[in-house]
Amino acid sequence: MAEVAIRGVHKSYNKVPTVHGVDLSIADGEFVVLLGPSGCGKSTLLRMIAGLEEITAGEIAIDGTVVNALEPRERGCAMVFQNYALYPHMTVAENIGYALKVAGTRKPERRARVAAVAQSLGIAELLDRKPGTLSGGQRQRVAIGRAMIREPKVFLFDEPLSNLDAKLRAQMRIEIRRLHQRLGVTSVFVTHDQVEAMTLADRLVVLNHGRIEQIGTPTEVYRRPASRFVAGFIGAPAMNFLTGTLAADGRIAIGSGAGTPVTIGVRPDEIQLLDAPLKGTLDFEIELVEELGTGQVFYGRSGEMEMTVMRNGGGEAALPRSGQRLFLKIPMTCVHLFEVESGRRIDLPPSRLAAE
Amino acid sequence: MEKRTLFTNKGLGIALVVPQVLLIFTFFYWPAGQALYWAFTLERPWGGGNEWVGTSNFTQLLGDPVYWNSILTSLIFAFSATVLAMGVALTMALLVDRELRGFRVYRTVLVWPYAIAAPALGVAFRFILAPEAGFMAYLNHAFPGLWNPALNGAQAMIAIVIAYVWKYIGYNFIFFLAALQAIPKSLIEAAAMDGSGLLRRIRDIQLPLLTPTIFFLVVINLTDSFTDSFGIVDLMTAGGPNRATELMVYKIFFDGFKGLDYSGAAAQSIILMLLVIALTVFQFRFLERRVHYK
Repeated sequence: MAEVAIRGVHKSYNKVPTVHGVDLSIADGEFVVLLGPSGCGKSTLLRMIAGLEEITAGEIAIDGTVVNALEPRERGCAMVFQNYALYPHMTVAENIGYALKVAGTRKPERRARVAAVAQSLGIAELLDRKPGTLSGGQRQRVAIGRAMIREPKVFLFDEPLSNLDAKLRAQMRIEIRRLHQRLGVTSVFVTHDQVEAMTLADRLVVLNHGRIEQIGTPTEVYRRPASRFVAGFIGAPAMNFLTGTLAADGRIAIGSGAGTPVTIGVRPDEIQLLDAPLKGTLDFEIELVEELGTGQVFYGRSGEMEMTVMRNGGGEAALPRSGQRLFLKIPMTCVHLFEVESGRRIDLPPSRLAAE
Repeated sequence: MEKRTLFTNKGLGIALVVPQVLLIFTFFYWPAGQALYWAFTLERPWGGGNEWVGTSNFTQLLGDPVYWNSILTSLIFAFSATVLAMGVALTMALLVDRELRGFRVYRTVLVWPYAIAAPALGVAFRFILAPEAGFMAYLNHAFPGLWNPALNGAQAMIAIVIAYVWKYIGYNFIFFLAALQAIPKSLIEAAAMDGSGLLRRIRDIQLPLLTPTIFFLVVINLTDSFTDSFGIVDLMTAGGPNRATELMVYKIFFDGFKGLDYSGAAAQSIILMLLVIALTVFQFRFLERRVHYK
């Protein structure tokens, strides 16, 4: 158990910078998820913590010790790899016990600890099998067991669930969360899957192009995205972005007009669908309907702008169909404003939205 | 399930197999059959028929200490050449595995020695290792009488082993490097996270996963060292000094074509063939058990 401090960390490959100055401190026992699209530097950051990549500049400290120059084995981290990285020529028991064997633990103790770990993960009956004969979920458990047995100070997960099918992924997600509650070990989890990130994280770190876009709890990141990138990346279906203006008196208008140009963001599930126009509603012509079971997603246009609207429930009344014209009401409290150039969030007290 | 193409048309299947069978028959079974026949006859050196002598060619050979010396020499050569060629190649491949810049270039360059015909190689090394010229002359000047493969049997053996190993290192290296590259990098990283150091990782992870390649190369290297060594011996030492480098394959040539003992040479090729077959069977029976295929 330990806290991890990342201070001004940079990484370049052949002088091409990929991580540009990341500062992040992870508290003892915290579960932090690094989230971002592929190539955003999240895995690189994780591998720098593990000691598998050199740190170009800045420093990383685990439990108060700067680990830049330390070998992976001296850092007290254990890692679960994306492709599990089980040793194919060893049995499950040998895989889990390898770290102990290297450390010179005696055989009886090794066997007892392997058995205990296997028991806690429900893979006790697999101990004599080779990894090649296991299913994806079983391999995943063995990989977690191999990380657990060292009783590490920090758990590192490098997209461990991405090779599993959807059902198993949801199940393993819960197991990982449960494991963290039981062991309370500081964990860093890398993923590009926002659902995984939202459900697992105590704190979420959203990365883009090697920079941190936002750090916060899943609720904070969802409710108050710090940038247009975060707003668009988190939430499904993705947030609608409209061009608009912000007048000096605080009035927000969609389309061009007087005032500073801004990007207006509204989540699809927060837009209200109306049958009749009211003051301030927008026209909406449906092009496509997706039935989700718990609700529907409507894709269509409002004038020039593409819009996505999501409605929960429904079903009793006749479903709106493609080609149908409806009206959208955008509630004031749900609007996010972003600077056009930098994409940064603009915080404003709620005011009136004037539709054209 | 393994995917196989099954021919519904039997004629096509046979037609595709025939060229290969013809080749093997013409260049292996027919000569081998002839040699087997000659081995049990006494062939007249100037032609004019042969007579059946039963196993007397073999009893004569196996009662001859000179022939036993040749077998022993061959075994020494085969094992030291295989161990050295594979050991050096494996070490090089392990060193290179981590740094891969320019891989294509040295992959090409390193396989060239294998393409050099043994006689050309023999000539080259005859000059390189000559006691009176080149590098060795400097050593001999500093330490008089240190190196002379023309007089010292052990040194002659070292010389042909070096030449042979030089040819096979590149070949083995390519196979080892390819096999090392095929080991997922994350396995090495996982072992590093598990606290395993560089040498320990080689021993616990890389070598076990290389066993299919090691096994394949042991078979190829041992077999080739019995048969592919002729040119080197012929040009570098001609079996000398005092038969110290008279390998079985060289003795076959010498007894047969220089000594005109066709029948004895035929019997020797049969023995050599049996020895290589026995070694290969042994490897498949006892070594292959320790191979981890996927």
